[in-house]
Amino acid sequence: MSRRLRLVVFGLGVSGIGVVFVLAALLIPRFGGGDHPYRDLAVPAAVARSAPNVVSALNFDQRALDTLGEETILLASVVGAAALLRPTTSEHERSIVAEDRILSATTLLGYLLLPVTLLVGLDVVAHGHLTPGGGFQGGVVLATGLHLLYVAGSYSTLVRLRPLTWYGIAEALGAGAFAVLGVSGLVAAGGFLVNMLPYGRFGDLFSAGTVPLLNLAVGCEVASGVIVLLAQFLAQALTVRATR
Amino acid sequence: MNMFPYLVGGWLLLVGCLGVVRSRDLVHTVVCVSVAQSGTYVLLVAVGYQSGAAAPVQGEGTPVPGPVVDPVVQALTLTDIVVSATVTALLLGLVIQIAKLHGTVDPDRLNDLRG
Repeated sequence: MSRRLRLVVFGLGVSGIGVVFVLAALLIPRFGGGDHPYRDLAVPAAVARSAPNVVSALNFDQRALDTLGEETILLASVVGAAALLRPTTSEHERSIVAEDRILSATTLLGYLLLPVTLLVGLDVVAHGHLTPGGGFQGGVVLATGLHLLYVAGSYSTLVRLRPLTWYGIAEALGAGAFAVLGVSGLVAAGGFLVNMLPYGRFGDLFSAGTVPLLNLAVGCEVASGVIVLLAQFLAQALTVRATR
Repeated sequence: MNMFPYLVGGWLLLVGCLGVVRSRDLVHTVVCVSVAQSGTYVLLVAVGYQSGAAAPVQGEGTPVPGPVVDPVVQALTLTDIVVSATVTALLLGLVIQIAKLHGTVDPDRLNDLRG
């Protein structure tokens, strides 16, 4: 199909979707209005279970089954990317990487901010049910924060301080812990992923039942998963070369 | 104009698709897919917005008085973002392998089948 013909076909499709979309936008409740029936049910339910961050309460309590599916998608994608990007038979991994010179200011700032970033990541995971944040967000902060080692130090520093096997195990444990918590809900309270722990006092660190535990499991899985994922791409860029 | 944010969401979806159709580089294609997916974030968050409402995070002690914006669509958006990130990672992995196998990432030059 030529580019011109492709654009014509696309134009026809887009004008169809555009018309239908505008018609739909005209008919749905207007922007900024007060008619939110799901909100009216979800917020009291979250408050009754001592979870101030309603978004976390939704993801890890009311819609916890969806989140199990979501983190399984993440797990599958990490496994898929690792399988796609492993060195093939006609490739090998170099052990020595040419290091570029790094500005000492970058090194200083990177090493100063490394513990701060990791601490912020842990905080975002641990307080996911109280303040904005949660397992997914904190996991990404932790995983990318660790890569300050690469930005500030060198690839060899990162490789030495990042035992990939362990992160692979941690990822599997995080995903498994979520399922185990779900099954224990089934055993203890008669429903998969039921919030069966005491809800505690509103605003306490140990409150909202299973929400912080599920947050922790997801944080562990996301952090390890993103580290494993980024490791594959970094290896492709830096160490994997075709064998001549 | 009360439906402007909805139209922004729809426009992002369509302009992302246009980018995919016009793309001459597979990395650009992957980024365009992300742009198209961003349209759904804007649409979802716009659907849940209420003028003058607070964020759906209650303060310490007593719950905030007054309305909050819809947290259900915000939770859906979070799911959406995670799925979008995983899709992007997988697609970029495929692009790397295509570049190695065919020596090009221009979709118009990837016509012949190769085992």
